[in-house]
Amino acid sequence: MTPEQAVVAVETVSAVIDGVEVTVPKGTLIIRAAEQLGIAIPRFCDHPLLAPAGACRQCLVDVEINGRAFPKPQASCTMPVENGMVVKTQLTSPVAAKAQEGIMEFLLINHPLDCPVCDKGGECPLQNQAMSTGRTESRFEGEKRTFEKPINISSQVLLDRERCVLCARCTRFSNEIAGDPFITLNERGALQQVGIYEKDPFESYYSGNTVQICPVGALTGASYRFRARPFDLVSVNSACEHCASGCDLRTDIRRGKTLRRLAGDDPAVNEEWNCDKGRWAFKYISSRERLKNPLVRGADGELHEASWPEAIAAAAAGLAGKRVGVLAGGRLTHEDAYGYSKFARVALGTNDIDFRARPHTDEERDFLASVVTDLKTTYADIDKADHVVLVGFEPEEESPIVFLRIYRHVRKRALSVISDAPLASRGSKKLGAKLVSSVADVSGLTAQSVILVGERAAEVEGTLSAAYALAQSTGAKLAWIPRRAGERGAIAAGAIGNLLPGNRPVGDSSARVDVQSAWGVSSLPENVGRSTSQILAALNDESLDAVLIGGVDPMDISADALNQLLNTFVVSLEISNSSVTAIADVVLPVAAVAEKSGSYLDWRGSARHFDKAMEDVDLRSDVRILSMVADALGKPINLPTVTATRAEIESLGNWDGAKSTFTPRALAAAPSDEFTLVSWRFLLDLGALQQGEANLAGTAKQARAHISSATAAKLGVTEADHLKISSDHGSIELPVSIREIADNLVWVPRNSEGSQVIPSLGFTRGAVKVAKR
Amino acid sequence: MADEAKSFSQQLLGFWVTFATMFKKVNTVQYPEVKEPTAERFHGRHQLNRYEDGLEKCIGCELCAWACPADAIYVEGADNTEEARFSPGERFGQVYQINYLRCIFCGLCIEACPTRALTMTNEYELADNGRAKLIFEKEDLLAPLRNGMISPPHPMYPDSSHLNYYKGEITGSHPSQAVEEQK
Repeated sequence: MTPEQAVVAVETVSAVIDGVEVTVPKGTLIIRAAEQLGIAIPRFCDHPLLAPAGACRQCLVDVEINGRAFPKPQASCTMPVENGMVVKTQLTSPVAAKAQEGIMEFLLINHPLDCPVCDKGGECPLQNQAMSTGRTESRFEGEKRTFEKPINISSQVLLDRERCVLCARCTRFSNEIAGDPFITLNERGALQQVGIYEKDPFESYYSGNTVQICPVGALTGASYRFRARPFDLVSVNSACEHCASGCDLRTDIRRGKTLRRLAGDDPAVNEEWNCDKGRWAFKYISSRERLKNPLVRGADGELHEASWPEAIAAAAAGLAGKRVGVLAGGRLTHEDAYGYSKFARVALGTNDIDFRARPHTDEERDFLASVVTDLKTTYADIDKADHVVLVGFEPEEESPIVFLRIYRHVRKRALSVISDAPLASRGSKKLGAKLVSSVADVSGLTAQSVILVGERAAEVEGTLSAAYALAQSTGAKLAWIPRRAGERGAIAAGAIGNLLPGNRPVGDSSARVDVQSAWGVSSLPENVGRSTSQILAALNDESLDAVLIGGVDPMDISADALNQLLNTFVVSLEISNSSVTAIADVVLPVAAVAEKSGSYLDWRGSARHFDKAMEDVDLRSDVRILSMVADALGKPINLPTVTATRAEIESLGNWDGAKSTFTPRALAAAPSDEFTLVSWRFLLDLGALQQGEANLAGTAKQARAHISSATAAKLGVTEADHLKISSDHGSIELPVSIREIADNLVWVPRNSEGSQVIPSLGFTRGAVKVAKR
Repeated sequence: MADEAKSFSQQLLGFWVTFATMFKKVNTVQYPEVKEPTAERFHGRHQLNRYEDGLEKCIGCELCAWACPADAIYVEGADNTEEARFSPGERFGQVYQINYLRCIFCGLCIEACPTRALTMTNEYELADNGRAKLIFEKEDLLAPLRNGMISPPHPMYPDSSHLNYYKGEITGSHPSQAVEEQK
């Protein structure tokens, strides 16, 4: 039950189930009331998070109200409990037991004996309930109905129609929860089957959930196909590293190899769902490009494998006495980010640290330090919201579980959604979002409203200030939702130039004293450090001599970033070979998420801890390696383990003193160029953590350049043509898509196949030339 | 005195078995020079059987591994593809290992096997001088190719489905199956 229901449900009703009196909130279904008594009624179509369907008829029970019995057994998953109801389940009523047995026999008539080759075998509700409710032997002697099998309904999901029991869980999920009605039940009678609309493949970002909730093996995932049985797997609770939604996950491991990931059950966050990226993008861990041993650049200019002591010594020798900048990256766990933060302050004596590996501004940094550190908005606030305002934030692409939460209320109570976005994306159409071209145009908010600000809001000067002002003036709840999982944790850990750990402002002397005494150091750098772009510029003009990089792709920052690193001493902490490896002087391999413990702070600022999932891995967390380098520098940070780091974070606690005040910036004027490029990332794109998963990539959206119909007419292009979009840096060519967008804007995906904006055009937003190719 | 006489007669009685055995047929076999056949249903080394055209019966379902009380069997399933088909149907056993240091020869795996792929031979000479050598791989366990069988991967018998195989309707290989392989 969600908290919301708990508040509303005050009226209760009482009934007798199997001779036991039960009192439940009005509207509770019989099957749930029975669950509360510990009575399990068999079921297939019933799912607590989906609307009742009564499709499989497996949950038949005998019902009488005030002495009048229903003439036939009733589906307990569709009938709410009423006062004076007497319910007899299969335990006390031979009629109900016989009805259930009959239904089970019907379901099994056309169900193939595929259990030995079926992925669901061993964890199959149909297998289990056939054992508990079915006959021991079949009376069916005819030929079973057969279909061609399996068929791909997307590159990730396979459908075996013979096995389907027509419970409609998958179609209801797609309609009700994801809002992607790409699958439906076709035909009738024995030939009824789940089908896709021929022109629209099942390209939902949430398709993996249908595999998880399928009560038989009709829907299976292509990546997990035939890979294991449930008894082979060791399940570990984990946290998702792909975005800041904060999903609970279950990782299933067989012999040191992750075989699948499933959505965990956290009603406050992801309920029982997750997105396909969180479910299927984990093969990067076993990529051939993974680094296993440290590398040190020798006198010959080449990287050579080195022992850990050698590599640590080389890193320390290169960093000692230098002016060093730290680029920590947005994917770090809270503990690792704390390690970078403390390493920069204690071992390097600098505040030149920034986790933002993306377009960023000083306005944003002030906003993060002064405003975001105080935000306490949660999913529950979206549940209660009267308006949701999206500012520089596409929930379906950038935080899919936030999207599901908003969509639920759009569907249930027509929640009003306002989006400050240049383009009506598929996601915002599903939300029925009213588009505005600037935060200044948003009106009608109340204290019940929620303003969700994305990381792209930083890209237009003044947007964050305007969103903050809007929240201040209306009392609306504000939340900042970054795209990467580690960003909120990096703020809390002080992996940014204007904050120390625990949200302490660098400029506040008592905050510094606080941290100094906890760390046992005599002084900490006082001035606000450089930002990512300032660090890169300083490396270029040699006001910094060396850089420590934690898994940052320079192409996420700017097209020149890699060049700016060329002539400097680079220490790289990485999981895989990357463009930074090629220019690094010392490369220290670190553990990926499944190989270490730690925690992520999601956009709410709540931590989800996870333990090491894979046992036989020698790689260590970033914080452990930084601690070794600090020892070699003679300035120890004393963070030998993740546990010790967590304990230190907890004992340091959060700052309760004054925050630095946020200086609002004026909203930038609308661009006056002929064409301005706007972009964001698709959920499934060329991201580093999605590498090696071809089935997942198969459902990524195709890159197209979106322009308005007026622009298309002006340029003389149709959807069959290609556009050439060029800047001083370079150009990209993409097929045209005509959409609702302002006439002077052209939208392209930021990092998709054929459309990598930063390497090709040099920026993510700015003036471009557009022409028919 | 009477007790002593009784004790002596009892000793004689005891040695009578020994004495009588001297005149019985000896059971000793000069193993390994001489090898006696085992009982017909003796539980010996396992064998992974084939259909009459050479395709493997194992579908990689892991039911044997599941049934195994000694955790001696390790199986990994995989997809049959058009290019490389090892068994009829969708799935085949890509990795199949039996650890004979663990196996207790109880035969529960044989009972669990849904396709009669796994049976036991009478072979009992399973001693070796290394632990790794006693983990038998799929190649060690697969039944030899008999006359008319073609070594997989190769396609199914023309115009047949996995059901024809399960029903025992495939009685040999078809020339086209071998030709396909050579392409």
